[in-house]
Order: sequence, then structure tokens, then C-alpha cells
Amino acid sequence: MLSRTADNLYWLARYMERAETVARLLEVGERMALLPNSEQGYRNEWEALLQAGGMADAFARKYGDPVQRNIESHLFYDTENPSSVASCIGRARENGRIVRTALTTQVWDALNTAYQELRELQRAPRHDGSLDQLTEWTRRHTAMVRGAIDATLLRNDGWDFLNLGYYLERADATARLLDVKYYVLLPHVDFVGSGLDNFQWRMLLRAMGLHRAFHWAEGGEITATKIANFLILNDKTPRGLITCVDGINRHLDRLRQAYGVSTPAQAAGRALLAGMSGITVTEIFDEGLHEFLTRFIREAGDVGQQIHDSYLSGDMR
Amino acid sequence: MTTFFNEMMTGGGVRPPYAQLQDWVNQMPADLRNLKQAEAEALFRRIGITFAVYGEGGDPDRLIPFDMFPRVFSAQEWFRLERGIKQRARALNAFLADVYDRGEIVRAGRIPARLVYLNEAYEKAVAGIRPPKGVYSHIVGVDLVRTGPDEFYVLEDNCRTPSGVSYMLENREIMMRMFPDLFRQNRIQPVEAYPELLRRTLASVAPDGCAGDPVIAILTPGHYNSAYYEHSFLADMMGVELVEGQDLFVEGKHVWMRTTQGPKRVDVIYRRIDDAFLDPLCFRPDSMLGVPGLMDVYRSGRVAICSAPGAGVADDKAVYTYVPEMVRFYLGEDPILQNVPTWQCAKADDLGHVLDNLADLVVKEVHGSGGYGMLVGPKSTREQIETFRAKIMADPDNYIAQPTLALSTVPSFVEEGVAPRHVDLRPYCLVGERIELVPGGLTRVALREGSLVVNSSQGGGVKDTWVLAE
Repeated sequence: MLSRTADNLYWLARYMERAETVARLLEVGERMALLPNSEQGYRNEWEALLQAGGMADAFARKYGDPVQRNIESHLFYDTENPSSVASCIGRARENGRIVRTALTTQVWDALNTAYQELRELQRAPRHDGSLDQLTEWTRRHTAMVRGAIDATLLRNDGWDFLNLGYYLERADATARLLDVKYYVLLPHVDFVGSGLDNFQWRMLLRAMGLHRAFHWAEGGEITATKIANFLILNDKTPRGLITCVDGINRHLDRLRQAYGVSTPAQAAGRALLAGMSGITVTEIFDEGLHEFLTRFIREAGDVGQQIHDSYLSGDMR
Repeated sequence: MTTFFNEMMTGGGVRPPYAQLQDWVNQMPADLRNLKQAEAEALFRRIGITFAVYGEGGDPDRLIPFDMFPRVFSAQEWFRLERGIKQRARALNAFLADVYDRGEIVRAGRIPARLVYLNEAYEKAVAGIRPPKGVYSHIVGVDLVRTGPDEFYVLEDNCRTPSGVSYMLENREIMMRMFPDLFRQNRIQPVEAYPELLRRTLASVAPDGCAGDPVIAILTPGHYNSAYYEHSFLADMMGVELVEGQDLFVEGKHVWMRTTQGPKRVDVIYRRIDDAFLDPLCFRPDSMLGVPGLMDVYRSGRVAICSAPGAGVADDKAVYTYVPEMVRFYLGEDPILQNVPTWQCAKADDLGHVLDNLADLVVKEVHGSGGYGMLVGPKSTREQIETFRAKIMADPDNYIAQPTLALSTVPSFVEEGVAPRHVDLRPYCLVGERIELVPGGLTRVALREGSLVVNSSQGGGVKDTWVLAE
């Protein structure tokens, strides 16, 4: 397939996944703001969430203090924010429009419907308490696109590039969210058993839509070790790091088989997997959770770079 | 007061091809009609069949109004049109092959040398090059109008990259989806073979050295182009890559496209960009849309470009006058389809006639298109006519004039119900090793009451066009 086509598919997937991530951040932030803090007011986790989304600096420049309405504007509507839901869906649809021939009617339909409805949302007057609807709307549409891809698309190289986009974006988002909150998972004496970390842990799980799944997958008392295991090493966790890395390697393998050539992208994928195979959470804590995550984000970025150089740039000979 | 030929209703009642439609329209309640109309629009928008108009403000994704009332031809009517269109497509290609070779028609004095060789669309850069199979214009769009039961006129030829064929195909899909009963009651010849025929046509003109299945690509200016939907639709239907200039490069005597598996050789390029942008090394140096070095590969016969660079000299409005002459000269046949009588302002006698009769004529720029820059005499104010007169006198070579034709009408759904509206017809003739024409075309309709301008940029819409089986 054309490199430009593969590139557009890859980014289509990344933007759709990013839209969903941002919607989840919004959802969690709003829930947090409804809970009392230990002093007089309410909890405010917006700062941390903006950081996780890599949007904290841009937000501070434009709006200053994190006030909910501004957050909502910035994360959902603001097309100057390249990571807002509106930007992501607009760009994913544009990527899709460019490669219409590589998509089925159903996938295009799902993308285009999301975009057309988004334009109506942008025109409609905003009212308080509509945040729920916005996040719910985003999750519905990202799921519809994802579903149309899974149900109707040929399992060819285009499908692999889409999935590489999805898995890389998801791995990156999970790792960053974990990293922003890594300290709450550290076995820090002061807070053990206190209400605070319990509560922060739940936020992490909620932000990934996993607060119920956790109990089914890990069971028993919630502990920092279990959460870290669940989000990093448990291969049943849909947004977990190992799940994403497995997915990346699976699709890189398919490309290698289909094309009959191995590239540096496969090597980078294997290196990423090797870094987490056979290790335990205790070993990760020994290395330092933050150090582990930093390394992971860097190596995942390297896989993305190698995919670009080996398949998407069009400069290969 | 001119009377217009109504293709459905004559003094004697309903004309036979439309017999079934009479009941259909009479039995359709207004609310159902509105429902169907809304459904059709939603389908067009969801499928994304819009034509984008950038730089004019407003919604960049605009829908071309779709009129659900079909236009119908009998098998006999179509038979004659088909022969006429194919004849014209052959003559135009013969003309192109000739003027880029020995120019016999000019030597024989049948067309002025100035009109050909000094024409803006004449590409000196391709003189002497014989494209694969000698075909220059692979898709010929012949715009036809009708003025009576048997009177058809060719309004203009489009030899470069006529657009609109996706509407022909999608209009049919949408009609079949919305009104399946109509297709049970009427035996309507399918048009769906078009993409396959186009692919076969393009493959048939692959360069001689090409082994195996030729690799075909559609070259688009990109997704900001107003016809981008059509480009991607055709690529999808044919199963060929849709490329932009940046996806192609020239190396070692061939054209290659950048793929995820490295470079892949391209044999046939169906380009939807103008000559001027094809190759910055040969034509406009500032073109970002083309492929540097493409013309060198073309010259060496290692890639086919469809339509061939330079094909535009045959569809010029001044050259148009000579197409019947081409039919006689190259084919030794009488033209089956007539031209609209045309006065060339470049000729002193014609200019005099035109200036004396501006109020009755349609005046067009020789290189104009899209319904812009024209004067429709009977519909213009005295002031508009005088302004235009000054333009013509300043640059007579740039204008031609034609009588205002009494364009036929077809019933159409309008605000008040059903009313006759003026139409034209663009069939798409394919020229490769063989000449093919699917039974149908794009009917454009002037939805404004009394309007004779069918261009979408001027409030025109489209209709499904039926050719009945015998």
C-alpha cells in the first residue's frame, strides 16, 4: 500500500484513541471535583490530569487556573488544542477522507457521522452539566469506529497499521497516566491504609475504565502492587502496557510475514517486549516505577519512530 | 414565446419511455416525497458525496441538489446517441494524433493553423510523441442538449478529465435503494460496469514494455480538490491506488510510487490534474502537485498518461466548430450528432453578426467553463449586454457566440410540486483498445425556474438517467 495511505491509517487510529483518552480524563476529573478533600473544599485533580494528557503548559498559558468550564473548553471543544476531542476527531476524519479507498463504507460512515455530530455539538449552546453527555458521546463514537474497523475491514496491511496506531497510542496514554500518579503507588509508609491513596488508586483505574474489571482480574484487597501489576504486567488488562506491547508485536509480525522482510521496527518491538517479559512488580519497584515508565515511554516512542522510518515515510529503498 | 420540448409530456400525452413514471408521480403523496428527498440527502451526505467549494465561504462540503425525478431515454433514442458519441470520440482522437504528428488536417486547409498551433492548450512539448495505442483522450465527455424529439446538439466536448461520472453511478445506487419498485416496473439498463470498463480501458493503453498486469494509479491534486470524492470513488471501485504527486518519483527511467514495501513501478497514470501541473521540469516550475521528470518517462514510452498531455487542444470552444469537419476528414462519415451553430468573434463577419444580435445570443469565453464569464442574451438586462459588448470588442478572439437553444425540459420535483426544468446530458465515452459507452450519463438540471444554466456552481442539480432495455 502507499506509504501515505499507511501513514493516514496509523494517525487515524492514534487520533481516535487519543479522543477517547481525553474523554476519560474529563470524566475522571469531573468525578473528582464532586468529592470533598481533606480541608475545606473539593478535590482538584485537573492539574494532574492535564499533565497526563501533556496539555498542562498549553492550558496554563491560555487559561491560567484550572477551572472546570475552561478545562471542558480546552479538552473537548478547543480546536487550537491539538489533543482536544474536537481536534482529534476532526483530524481522524480528515485522515480518513484522504484514504477513503482503504476504508469500508461502514468505517467511513462511523467516522463521518462522528464528525457531522461534532459540528452540531460545536454549534449548540453549552449548558452546565453537559460534560457527562460529551464524554459519553465521545466514547460511543470512538467505539463505533473501532467496531466498524473490527467488523468490516480486510485483515490486510492497512488493518495492521491501524492497530499499530491504536496500540501505540494506548500504551503511551496508560504509561503517562501512570507516571503522573506513580508516587501514589509507591509503598510509602505515611499513607499506607489511609483514605488518600486508596482513593487515588481508584482514580487511576477509573481513568482507564477499569475500576470494575480490576476486581475480576486481580481480586481481593486493593493494593499498590496489584494495581501496578494490573496496569503493567497483567495480559488480561485491555489498556495494560503488556497487552499493548503484545498487540504491537503481533501486528509487526504480521507485516513481516506479509511483506517477507524484517525491518528495524520489528527489532524495536521485540526490544520493548523483552524489557518487560518475565519481570515482577517487585523488580519494577526496585528499578523505580518512574524510571521504568520513563524507559517504557522512550522505547515505545522508538518503536513509533522505527515504524515511521520503515513503512510510513516512503523514503525506503 | 419559445416553446420547449418536454421529454415526458407532449400534446398527445405521455411519451412512451415515461409511461410508468406518470403513475409513480401521481401516486406519491407529498409527505412521502419530502421524506424520500430528505433520505436521499442524508445518504449523499453520509456517503460523503459532496463537492467542496473552498474560498467562497459557507459550508465547504456542499451537496449537489439531487432531483429524484429520473430522466428517461428509449433504447432507440440511445442507439443513435451512442453511435454519434462514439463517432465523435474517434474523430477527436484522430485529430489529436494528427496535430501532434504531421498535421494533415491543417495542411489540407480544413482548419486554420493558427487555431491549432497557437492555441494555449496545444502542448509543443509533446509534438512527435505517440502515446500508447495512439490514444490521447481516454475519457471523452460529450455534453449534449436536446431541442426536440430527434434534435440533439453537442454543446461541447471534454477531452481532458471530464468529471461527474461518480454522480452517474451514485445517483443510480441511491435511486435503486429508495425506489426498488421503479426498477421492477421499468427495465433499466445498468451503468454499474463503468469502473470495470474504465479499468480495462486504462490497462489497454499500458506501455509496450509492461509485463503482466499493468499498475494503474489515479493522480489527484489532493483532498482539497472539489472532485476529490470522485477520484477516491473511482480508485476504490477499480481497486487502484489514489496517488498525489508526492507519492510518485522518477528514477532510472521509470515512475515509481512510495509504498510500505518500498518503490513500486507505475505503468498507467489516470491524472486528474491539468497539464500545467504534471511536471514542474516541463510545465509550470512552481507546481507542487506534479512529479519532476514525469514527462521524460512519458517521452520514452515507459508510462501512459491518461488523458495524454496536450489533449485539451481538441475541446477548445473555437476548435469545437471544426469537429464535424474532423468526422468527415478522418472517418469519411457524415456526423451523426450536430454542433450548435457557432459564431467566432475572431472572424470579422461573425463578430458583426454577434454584436448586432447580442440580445438573442449566448456568448462564451473560448476557454471558460463552469458557466462563469458568459452572457445569456435573452436573460440579461440592457446594461449587462452593454458591459459584455465592451468586453467582446476589447478581445474578440476570446469569445464565441451561439443562438439561445430551446433546451428540452424534464419534470422535476420543485417546491410547488412537479414542474418542467431544463436539462443537458453528459455521457462518458471510454477510448482504449476498444471504444465503450455505458448506457447512461449525467443529467444536469437547472432547478431555478426558467434558468438555462445547469452548472452546479450556478444552482444546477443532477438526475438519475435511464436508458430502457429494448
